[in-house]
Amino acid sequence: MADLKLSVDTSTDAERAVVDAVIAPADHAVVYETERVVRGGTERRRERRHLLLPGLHALQAEAGWISPGGLNYLCGALQVPPAEGFGVATFYELFRTTDPAHGQSVHHVCMDTSCHIAGAEALARSLEAEGERVHRGPCIGQCERAPAQFIQGRAEPDRVPADAASIADPTSYRLPQHGSSKLRLLHRVGVVDPTSLQSYHDHGGYAMLRYAIEIGSDAVIDEVKSAELLGRGGAAFPTAVKWRAVADERGRPKHVIANADESEPGTFKDRIVMENDPFALIESLTIAGLTVGADNGWIYIRGEYPLATTRLRNAIEQCRIAGLLGDNVMDSGARFDIELRRGAGAYICGEETALMESIEGYRGEPRNKPPFPTTYGLFGEPTAVNNPETLLNVLDLLEVGGDHYRTLGSERSSGHRLFCLSGHVRVPGLYEVPFGIALGDLIDLAGGSTGMTRAVLLGGAAGVFVGPDQLDLELSLEAVRDAGATLGSGVITLFDDTVDFTALVLRIAEFFKNESCGQCVPCRVGVTRQHEVLVEMAANGALSDERNTLIDDMATVMRDASICGLGHTASGAVQSAIRLGLVGDRP
Amino acid sequence: MTTIESDTHAEGESAVESVTVRINNNDVSVARGATILDACTASGIDTPTICYAENLTPVNVCRVCVVEVTGNRTLVPSCSRLAEAGMEIQTDSDRVRHSRKMVLEFLGSSVDLSQAPEINQYSVRYEADVTRYVDDREVIEEPIRIQDELYIRDYDKCVLCYKCVEACGDDAQHTFAIAVAGRGFDNRVSTEFDVVLPDSACVYCGNCVAVCPTNALQFKSEFDLRRSESWREEEQTVTTTVCSYCGVGCNLELHVQDNEIVKVTSPVDHSVTHGNLCIKGRFGYQYVGN
Ligand SMILES: Cc1cc2nc3c(=O)[nH]c(=O)nc-3n(C[C@H](O)[C@H](O)[C@H](O)COP(=O)(O)O)c2cc1C
Ligand code: SF4
Ligand code: SF4
Ligand code: SF4
Ligand code: FES
Repeated sequence: MADLKLSVDTSTDAERAVVDAVIAPADHAVVYETERVVRGGTERRRERRHLLLPGLHALQAEAGWISPGGLNYLCGALQVPPAEGFGVATFYELFRTTDPAHGQSVHHVCMDTSCHIAGAEALARSLEAEGERVHRGPCIGQCERAPAQFIQGRAEPDRVPADAASIADPTSYRLPQHGSSKLRLLHRVGVVDPTSLQSYHDHGGYAMLRYAIEIGSDAVIDEVKSAELLGRGGAAFPTAVKWRAVADERGRPKHVIANADESEPGTFKDRIVMENDPFALIESLTIAGLTVGADNGWIYIRGEYPLATTRLRNAIEQCRIAGLLGDNVMDSGARFDIELRRGAGAYICGEETALMESIEGYRGEPRNKPPFPTTYGLFGEPTAVNNPETLLNVLDLLEVGGDHYRTLGSERSSGHRLFCLSGHVRVPGLYEVPFGIALGDLIDLAGGSTGMTRAVLLGGAAGVFVGPDQLDLELSLEAVRDAGATLGSGVITLFDDTVDFTALVLRIAEFFKNESCGQCVPCRVGVTRQHEVLVEMAANGALSDERNTLIDDMATVMRDASICGLGHTASGAVQSAIRLGLVGDRP
Repeated sequence: MTTIESDTHAEGESAVESVTVRINNNDVSVARGATILDACTASGIDTPTICYAENLTPVNVCRVCVVEVTGNRTLVPSCSRLAEAGMEIQTDSDRVRHSRKMVLEFLGSSVDLSQAPEINQYSVRYEADVTRYVDDREVIEEPIRIQDELYIRDYDKCVLCYKCVEACGDDAQHTFAIAVAGRGFDNRVSTEFDVVLPDSACVYCGNCVAVCPTNALQFKSEFDLRRSESWREEEQTVTTTVCSYCGVGCNLELHVQDNEIVKVTSPVDHSVTHGNLCIKGRFGYQYVGN
């Protein structure tokens, strides 16, 4: 390997200190002796490179930006070429590579769907009027309490003002369905103390890990299989198939990952679970790890979730002390530990292969598949990625048995599902219902709409709009697919007839334009041109035949030829809004 | 269960050497490990490619090479997908033609392709129409970076094919002086903090220039001649010689116009260089001339 050439910019004492705290100095990939690399090499660089993202977080928090000197020091320590380090830093919304020239915290205000109609712009302006620094950005997963903000701290930790009550009293959180005996996934939320392993034990915690160890890996997978558990992260992939594939891989290190990037506009379910029942995610991820034979567990959590991050960190610590993580998990003889990694503002890092690139210290650019993560995943090793809600379901199905679990839900979709209701609905929040409930009944459960519903966005920005004539729609994977829609990550956002749909759809198009990784041509240019056509439409008030054809032509190439799901779904909401006559003023 | 396993095994063994796929309803056999693109080429089908190069790991990002494979929900990039026995492939269906046309329109609507004759030929073939986009659209606008006398970078022409990044990095040079920075349409090939090349890790091997399909990276000699409108490619002669600077034995192709060496390349199929050179071979002629 060539020696790194670092620029002359020097780091500050403070920058060196925070980087050293992330990478213990003895672990620096090289030791400098008269500027020659005496220890290192490509292998070692690969080994340590996954500390790049945590290092960038540390620099950003300390200096308010990634300075040339700070990046130099970090890149030198990890033996990452600075051009590549710069490429990674510029990929993420939460990192700056220009000097902000102020020492203030930054208020990130969500501009997407639910916040868009709940006065996000007014909130941003009022914060600015108070002299605060504001960044208008994408959904930050607090749609039930829109308009939302997240404060990226300078000389104070990151925080979300709305979390204050829960921080003061960890059991004060109340679900709309609080106390319902029908809750199978959320029954501990607001009941258990999320900061205490003892409390988790007192509420039945860790019984399922004990049981899983007792029956063994094959039996666990059989239960998951007979339960017909489908992934809740969006793609509805059978979990048993994924686990079997990784379990059958031998002789290489393996990984399980909880994908808690949760960035689909309208989604906030994983946050509520992680904030209020964090040990359940640790327990279920441990079951996943032991079942597929992986030593390494990872939780990749979006950077805008400070409370969930704190609670998970605390939970991991307590579990290590109690021997529930580590070299001999629950005296089973198996080794399993969990590392928590924070994202830094990139919707695309929820795509499982982009997530792996991100952990590894590269830009969050999705990989072409095949090969699939079950054979070539994190660090090129077999990996099972699951959504936290999927993992939560494993606790449930082990408890009642796969066969019984299968009887819950609809014809083809088994179990309970979490739905995130927000927008023009009386009691926005997280709801747990069996698959198969009618859309209208779920809305009634949330107190009904607050106005005359004009459209419902199913599945978030990557989903589609349906009209008020669809209230009978059965919320199961099969029925929704037949209706040409999607449940995605369980997003249901209501819009009444006062909504300016042109502005709303324009914002959805802007979301994709901002969030495309830009790697492949169909999506990089497609989301940009799509946005431009809609800007023009907003100015003209209508969409001509040629423009409508162009929208469809662009949608087709994005769906057919893009690398990943972001490009495949980037036109769905736009096209459905035109079809329903919400925008475009077409016959 | 056992029978199935041994069946698969037997099939696997007999197929170690070659796999047969069906392209546009004709069977073609290629060596195991060959890509769909290789199979297309073997059947005499000319497939457009932009980000693919024989001497680089496929990044499959341009998507102009996509084909339809029965059973796949989306089209697949032929340059990187391995041929598998029994694949049914269409290379000229409406779906394929549409995606190729759109990729070419998207590029043509974003960057200056005036010095990318190969891409322009594809655009004609697939009837790409860049005039149908919004007039007031975002295009790549960057100052031309002239930071030394060896080569220039004009990113208005850059299609982000990643070839230069790969040539500078893992695939050839292992210098990692340049990488993609930014996100989405703002992606740019860049040094750290966009520092000028002489301050970066660049060792001026020129391998990035050699792989660039659009002339976004250009030898300064070529750039100067083009600017003074005296670049006449049709008059140039190419002489092959072995580089005399060291003992490696790199082949050099000297492009000569009016008795002056105006550019140095190296054959991609050469066993030593695979198209790559070092600063002495690539730019040494400047001193030879002096
Ligand atoms: C653009 C994009 C964003 C995604 N974001 C998430 C996410 O935030 N959380 C998640 O679990 N899955 C997300 N996914 C889906 C993952 O790629 C993957 O399918 C999922 O994590 C698998 O878990 P499951 O099988 O439990 O559903 C996303 C996919 C795409 C294309
Ligand atoms: S589809 Fe979009 S987000 Fe996905 S790889 Fe391509 S450019 Fe990146
Ligand atoms: S000239 Fe060589 S070292 Fe410099 S950027 Fe190009 S490939 Fe990298
Ligand atoms: S500069 Fe040339 S080689 Fe590099 S990405 Fe752009 S078009 Fe490709
Ligand atoms: S040549 Fe295959 S994707 Fe670019």
